[in-house]
Parts: sequence; structure tokens; C-alpha cells
Amino acid sequence: MLTDLTIAQAQTGLRAKQFTAEELTEAHLRGIGTLNPRLNAFLTVTAEQAREQAKAADAAIAKGDIRPLTGIPLAIKDLFCTKGVRTTAASMILSPFVPPYESTVTANLLRDGAVFVGKTNLDEFAMGSSNMSSAFGPVENPWKRRQDQNAVLVPGGSSGGSAAAVSARLAMGATGTDTGGSIRQPASFCGLVGVKPSYGRCSRWGVVAFASSLDHPGPFARTVQDSAILLRSMASHDPKDSTSADRSVPDYEAACKRGVKGLRIGVPREYRVDGMPAEIEALWEQGVQWLRDAGAEIVDVSLPHTKYGLATYYIVAPAEASSNLARYDGVRFGQRQDGGDLTEMYSNTRAAGFGAEVRRRIMIGTYVLSAGYYDAYYLRAQKVRALILRDFHEAFQKVDALITPTTPSAAFAQGEKMDDPVQMYLNDLFTVGANLAGVPATSVPAGLDSNGLPLGLQIIGKPFDEETVFAVSAEIERAAGFTALPQIRAGA
Amino acid sequence: MAYAIEGATGPWEVVVGLEVHAQVISESKLFSGSSAAFGAEPNTHVSFIDAGFPGMLPVINRACVAQAVRTGLGLNAEIHKVSRFDRKNYFYADMPQGYQISQFEHPIVGTGIVEVELSDGSVKRIGVTRLHLEQDAGKSLHDQHPTKTFVDLNRSGVPLMEIVSEPDIRSPEEAGAYLRKLRSILRYLGTCDGNMEEGSMRADVNVSVRKAGEPYRTRCEVKNVNSIRFVMQAIEAEAARQVEVWESGGEVKQETRLFDPNRGVTRSMRSKEDAHDYRYFPEPDLLPLVLEQNWIDALKAALPELPDAKKARFRSEYGLTAYDAAVLVAEKATADFFEAVAKGRDPKIAANWVTGDFFAALNRTGKTIETSPVSAANLGALLDLMANNTINGRIAKDVFEAMVETGKDPAEIVEEKGLKQVTDTGAIDAAVDAIIAANADKVAEYRSGKDKLFGFFVGQTMKAMGGKGNPALINETLKRRLS
Amino acid sequence: MALDPTTIRRIATLSRIRVEDDQLAPLAQELNGILGWIEQLNEVNVDGVEPLTGGAQMAMKMRDDVVTDGGYAEDILANAPDRNGAFFAVPKVVE
Repeated sequence: MLTDLTIAQAQTGLRAKQFTAEELTEAHLRGIGTLNPRLNAFLTVTAEQAREQAKAADAAIAKGDIRPLTGIPLAIKDLFCTKGVRTTAASMILSPFVPPYESTVTANLLRDGAVFVGKTNLDEFAMGSSNMSSAFGPVENPWKRRQDQNAVLVPGGSSGGSAAAVSARLAMGATGTDTGGSIRQPASFCGLVGVKPSYGRCSRWGVVAFASSLDHPGPFARTVQDSAILLRSMASHDPKDSTSADRSVPDYEAACKRGVKGLRIGVPREYRVDGMPAEIEALWEQGVQWLRDAGAEIVDVSLPHTKYGLATYYIVAPAEASSNLARYDGVRFGQRQDGGDLTEMYSNTRAAGFGAEVRRRIMIGTYVLSAGYYDAYYLRAQKVRALILRDFHEAFQKVDALITPTTPSAAFAQGEKMDDPVQMYLNDLFTVGANLAGVPATSVPAGLDSNGLPLGLQIIGKPFDEETVFAVSAEIERAAGFTALPQIRAGA
Repeated sequence: MAYAIEGATGPWEVVVGLEVHAQVISESKLFSGSSAAFGAEPNTHVSFIDAGFPGMLPVINRACVAQAVRTGLGLNAEIHKVSRFDRKNYFYADMPQGYQISQFEHPIVGTGIVEVELSDGSVKRIGVTRLHLEQDAGKSLHDQHPTKTFVDLNRSGVPLMEIVSEPDIRSPEEAGAYLRKLRSILRYLGTCDGNMEEGSMRADVNVSVRKAGEPYRTRCEVKNVNSIRFVMQAIEAEAARQVEVWESGGEVKQETRLFDPNRGVTRSMRSKEDAHDYRYFPEPDLLPLVLEQNWIDALKAALPELPDAKKARFRSEYGLTAYDAAVLVAEKATADFFEAVAKGRDPKIAANWVTGDFFAALNRTGKTIETSPVSAANLGALLDLMANNTINGRIAKDVFEAMVETGKDPAEIVEEKGLKQVTDTGAIDAAVDAIIAANADKVAEYRSGKDKLFGFFVGQTMKAMGGKGNPALINETLKRRLS
Repeated sequence: MALDPTTIRRIATLSRIRVEDDQLAPLAQELNGILGWIEQLNEVNVDGVEPLTGGAQMAMKMRDDVVTDGGYAEDILANAPDRNGAFFAVPKVVE
């Protein structure tokens, strides 16, 4: 099956002319045609564009002009603006929006020859951990509980569509964004590798903003190597993003082969939380053992402010979001609801255009920034954020990388955890620290729970040291030998 | 006597602070690469950043930062090597992002001083609290359609400096002098063109009144006043209103007001009345602005001579009076014009001509230094023609008028019109003889002691010679013949 | 710091989100749940800690003052829900 190939394998096959880019793209488009009505992973399928890009890829290959992603079918989270292709952020308010520009990250992928098969579903404005808050309906996780095939599971969020698409073999890789865990949590739920690079590594230009200081674009793939190939293409110094880092992009693929011998790997004791399922704790132990067996030195470390990460996040992210989403006012783009005067038009437009979770976060964010509450909430959160960064900094004086579980549970069913927003927020318990500190982190599939659902381990590294993170992730991948497949997938 | 509003209960002191918004001179906008130029077709000088499109990010313009630093240096102010941008959140049709990027807590420039000269010759020092960079909003047009407001975003993102004064101003005159001085400094620096009509400089005026010795009372902010004259009128009107409110037992309530120049009153701005809470917080799309000391030093080294320094130099170097020097340095173009005229010539004569006949001609013809028909070189040439006795002072006035009219070189006018001074003693002798012969009675009177008649003979001789006679030679000849 | 319906109304107005009266109470309860949970941050000693604004630890780059953008009014206006010629149009504002 062409759709089962990894990106690295497809590169080889295309170069050897074992198949054409058009064939590879058609195989994925067929999968999308068959499965997307069920999974709802794509909001927009760009079949025509994909065919043209594939044709161009074949022409390039014929001329010997082969770039890192020539002919590779990818899915793009519908938060990345794509020129001439509707970009919605899974929100009604942006539903008619067609950007006249291409985001830097997607432009980098196109420069490297990628084929875009479509725009993927997500939690509205990337606010969520289940993909349930999309204005265009939830996404089904391609994985099934062994004992309960009828339960429809969530793919995680916010990049749920991207995760489901790559997992179900509807694309070979995908872009996501990770603000509090939005790449790593769905990667864990869908048995994928997800990478949240360092803050500043991938440009945010042209990515619909949720929380500017926390948003990180990054890739999904089925192997660590593939995710390394994708990140290398996505990453760049972008003069159009003032927070973009002016650093050269290393060869991450090479870093995957480094091994972990001699590395010091930290196990942060504060991640061992009350009520953590035993099988997750066991998997974590297993991961530690794999690294020890491969020659790493395991070090017990402390990140004392871990437990405050989520609360900090749920002040900082809504505060920034309340401001970032002020531009959706029905004046220059998007959907407008009329009103008697300007203020009423704004209020109607934003009430009708934003879903409940987005409205909730805008209001929380407005409140924590408002006169009289700024110091108690926002300023305090910024100070705790500084302490969280300090925790990581101090830990990284002693170790080269950290290993933790990615999520406190495997994928849950649609409708679960919906009654209490805080229960949903707890999904990001282990992932949010890396966003607050801006350090790179991956989720690597490491095993299955008793229901046969994938579980990921998280590797966290020093700022801009994605290479070590890839090296450790690759070791986990090798040791885990994760070969399980989702029940719902192209060609299955 | 200090300025005061005379109320029924006695005199009230007026307390004023000014927030001046000055458009920074730059090619492109503060955070985007679109043009900052005025007067383009609607929505053409607009990038996706200025229009607040999804995913768009600001990148700061180095030249705007340099302009702010230069202005800070020109205001004798402290330059903050680390400053930061904040978002000021509010909704408005011409505010595309839903927030203005400004500097709230950590402005680029701190406290400074502006010295102003008042009409009584005294000098007052007015404190500058801070200067910060921020972006302008777009423009709403309310009068183009019966039910709609139109929005043009050309100005959205245009760089502004907000220059905030201390509440040190105590009269409309001081406010006017402060604004004129500030504008002069900005123009010298080339950081703002100071053109209030086009809106590149506007002022928010904070006014309160109090009895002598009291702490400050509640102030009101009169928004967006767009001429120095209106600022002065607005202060007078608003202070008078507040005195009336206090004296009638009421209480002045802190609010935003608008000045109506037609009626000469201020009125409450209802649209700004709904509780605004700007929710300032650090702009997460930008990093702290960190300036290197050597960059600041280089900007400082390259600053032009500013009005105060130039005035001092004009007094010491050219021996000008304080008044003439102040008049000449108010505008850099005037000062440059004067210096071009004065170079290698008598500076006092040059100053007299520039502040006298030249300014009068500009006023009369509605021209400016830039559009003046008389160039500095030509005015200088005219002074040279006097100095080398080619023409006399009287004829020079006529030549100057011809220069204003035609823009021609003075030598050419003198040549064309045959205005060269007559120094031929034969011609002067003949003219003097004729005058003496024709006025025998006056000659007798003069000789009998009526000395004042000497002027009459000079005038008659000059008249007879068509004004071209050399005055010194005429005097000499007359003295000889009449004695 | 529990939110009451009046505060919710104020926040909704500041946020420009229409909230029906009968939604105020349930919304207050929801937001109070979140805020109550957030208040665990009060346990943290933050004395003398400098607030951290963002994840990027570097100095800001500045761009050159060159006109490189703009001049595409039609692209700017193309997505507008209401426009009149080259202007965006909104309900009339009375100042």
C-alpha cells in the first residue's frame, strides 16, 4: 500500500521511480474520499491542487530536481493560512475567509516540493483537547477500543484532524500547532510522533493566532525520522515574525541516529501525579528502562512548579486570545451578523461566530486583564511562568533531556469530559510546561493501554536542542517497536 | 501678572498638560512595510498587517525607533535602553486588530525639558513626562452615506510619537509657546513635519482649574485639537466652564471632551463615555526593544543644531538681539536662509532685511521661505550692491520690490532699470546748482541759521537725480555750496 | 473573587460578545469554576520574581525603513462582508 509508506520510504520510491507522485497522491485522495465522510478529519480537500502539485513533482523528479518533500502528500491544519484556499480555524466567524497569502511554514513546505491534500479539522481557534469544539463537527479517532468497537473516540486536540488524517493514512504527515499540547496530545491519542519545537523555531507568520507567546507550529508523522524531515522543512528564521529565532536549522534526520549513550535523562518527580493510571506509570517506567538499557544515565530531577503550569496557562492563553481574537469583528473578513449600531453588530457577530469554548476563553481572558484583576491574575501568572522556566533551566543544568508521559489518559470517547471545562483542561497537564517555557518536546508512541489504544511518551529538551530530543525520541521508537495500526485506515 | 480666570469667588489658576501625537517622518509604517505617506487612494497604503488579517505579525521599523530616540535627545530627555510594547485593547471600526500597539509601562523615552520664551521676555521650563511610540488608527468617514460609516485604513499603523508634558502649563499663552517650541524642535530634527492641518501633529489637552495653593482638582481631557490657536482657545473655554461648574456648587467630572471651534466651547464626547478598560498587557508578538549605547551615541553625534543652541550662537556669533535671534531660529528654514544671506556680509543688516522687508514680502504675497521668489543668494547680492555703492539704500527698496515681483537677480534689475547710483561729481554739482538757483529764499533762510532745511536740499537733489545720487556725495557737495 | 452577573455583563460588553440575560447565571457559574481552579496560583510565592512575558529569550530585530508592502487595496477588501467602493462599510457611528 502506497499509503502505508513512511515519508522516507516514499522519497526513496519516488527517486527510484517505483511509483509516481501522482500515484502516491491519488492513493491518498482515494483514502480521503472513502474515509473522510466518517472521520471528518478534513474541512477542505484540495484534490485538484494536489493533483497539479503531484504532476509538477513528477516533472521535477524527471528533471532530477528533487527536494526534501517532492511529491509527499501532506495535510495542513486549517489554522495555517493558505493562499487562495479557504482557512477557517474551524470557526463560523472565519468560515468564508480565503487568505490572499501563504503562511511561512506552508510556503517552506511548498518550496520543498510538498503536495497539500487538504486542510484539517481542529478545535475552534485551536482551543480544546478533543476536537469537539470545531464549528464543523468532531473528528473521529481512527483507533478503536478493543472491547468497545462502537465507542467513537476523540483524536485529541486541538490538531485532531491532522492527527486523524496521518493516523488513518490519508496523508503522510501533517502540520499542527501546539499551544498547550495541541500536537503532542493528539499524537499520543492517535499513535503518532508529534513535535513541538522550540519557541521561535517555526514561524508563526500566517498562522491564525490563539496565544502568541505559546503557539508553536510543528509536524505530525508516523515515525521520528519523518517528523525530523518535516520539521527541518517547516523551520526557518522568518524576518516577518519578530519572535522567530535567527538560528540555522540543523539536520534533524541525522540527529535521529545519534543514540542516547552517555546522555543524562531526567525523570521529573512532580509528573508522578495522584490518580495517574497504573498502565501509564508502567509505560513511563518502561521508557526509562529502554533509555537506561541504551546507555543513558537516568537522573531524578525536580520541576517544583509543575502543578501550577495548567492554571498559569489558563490565564496567559485566554488573556492573549481575548486580544488576538478581537480582530474577528465582521468588518474586514469573515462572517458578519447585522446590528442596529456598530457595537451591536460587533456583539452579534462575535456571539454568533464564536462557539461556547472560544467565548468562554475570551471572557476569562478579558476578565484577567481587566482593571483591578490584572495583578492578581495576569501578572501573577507571568511570575509563575518565570518560575516554571527557571525550573526547566535548573533541570537542564543537570540533564540533557526529560522523559514523561504525554497525557494522563488514552483517547476518551466523544462526549466524555464535556461537562466540566476543567476536566478537559487536565488533558494538558504534562504538555503545557514546555509551551510556557518555550522548550522543544515530542510525543512518541510507546505502547498500548489495556483497551489497545496508543499511549505516548514525551521527550523534552533544552531550548533549540531539538537534535537531542530527536535522538532520544528515536531511541524510544526503536525500543518500543510500535507496530500497532488503527482500525480505520486507508486500504484496510 | 500670572494668567488667571476671574470667577465670582476670585481668581482661578489654570493647570494644563499636553499629550502631543506627532507623526514620525518615515517611509514605511511602524510595524509593516506599507507606505506611511499621506493622501493616497483609500486602502492602498495598507498591508495585511495594517488591516489586522489573521496570522499577521508586526515587525518594528528601525528608522522610527531612531526618530523617537533623536526626538528624546532633542528634548533633553532620558533614553531608555530597554523599552517594551503593550497592547491597548478596544474595539473601533478603524482599529483593525482590536488593539493599538503602544508603549504603556516602559516607554522608549523618559523625562525631559522644553524651554519656552514668553511675550514678557521670561523663559519657562516645561517638563516632558515621557515619549513613546505607537501606531495610528485608520480613518472613519461618517458623512459619506446616510446609514453607514466608511473606513479607510491608510493611516492604520502609521508611526506616532506621543509626547506627554507635565502639568506645568499655566496659561493658553504657555500652551501655545510650548507647542510652537515643540514643533520647532521636531522640524529641526526632521522627526515630524509638524503639519497640524494634515493631522501629522495633534494634541490632547488636559485641563483643570484650582485656587492658589490648592492641590490639583479633577481634570478633563479635550481630545484631538488640531491647531495651536484652537488649543489656546480650548484651554480658555474649558477652564471657564470648569470655574463655572465649581462656582455653581457642582463638581467637574473626569471625562473626555471635544472642542468645537465654531462655537468656541467644549462638549462631552458621549461615544467615549462607556466604561473603557484598555486591558493593557505586554504585546506578545514583539520582544523587548533593546538599544545599544553606541547606536544612541551615533544618533546623538549626528543631531543637527537645535533652536536653543542656534539662538545662542546667533547672538554671540552675529551679535543679534535676543528678539531677532528668536525670530530667526523659530523655523530652521528661516535660520538657514538668514545664515546664507549673512555669510560674508554685515549680519545685522542681513537680520534687518530678513526680518523686515523679506518677511513683509512673504506675508504680503502669501509665500513661504520654500516658495519665496527671492532667494537667499539674490538677497545677499542686493546687500552687496549696497555695500559696494552700486545702489543706495532707497533704490535698494525698489530693487527688492522688483525682485519679489520677478524673482530676478538684483544686478540685472539695476542694469535694466538703470538704477546705478550716480557718483559722477560733475552731475551732482550740476544738480545741486540747479536746486540752489531755484530756491534762493530757502538758501537765505538756511544761511541765516535754519539748519533743518539741509534735509530739504538733499531731498530735492535726490529727487532731481531720480533717487540715484550717491547720498554721501550729495551731502558733501551741498555742504560746500551752501556754506 | 467570584463573578456575579453584573461583572459577567461588563466582561461581555468589553469582549463585544452578546450574552442573553438568562445566560448570565450559568455563564457565571462556569467561569467561576475555572477561576476558582486558577486561584491555586495564590499558593505560589512570587516575591521578587520578574514577570515572564514570552517564550523567546532574545533581543528584537528591527527592519529597514523601506516600502515593501501594500498597494493591493482589492486584496485588502476582497473578504469584506460589506464595502462601498474602496472603503469598508460598517453601521453608521455617531460621535
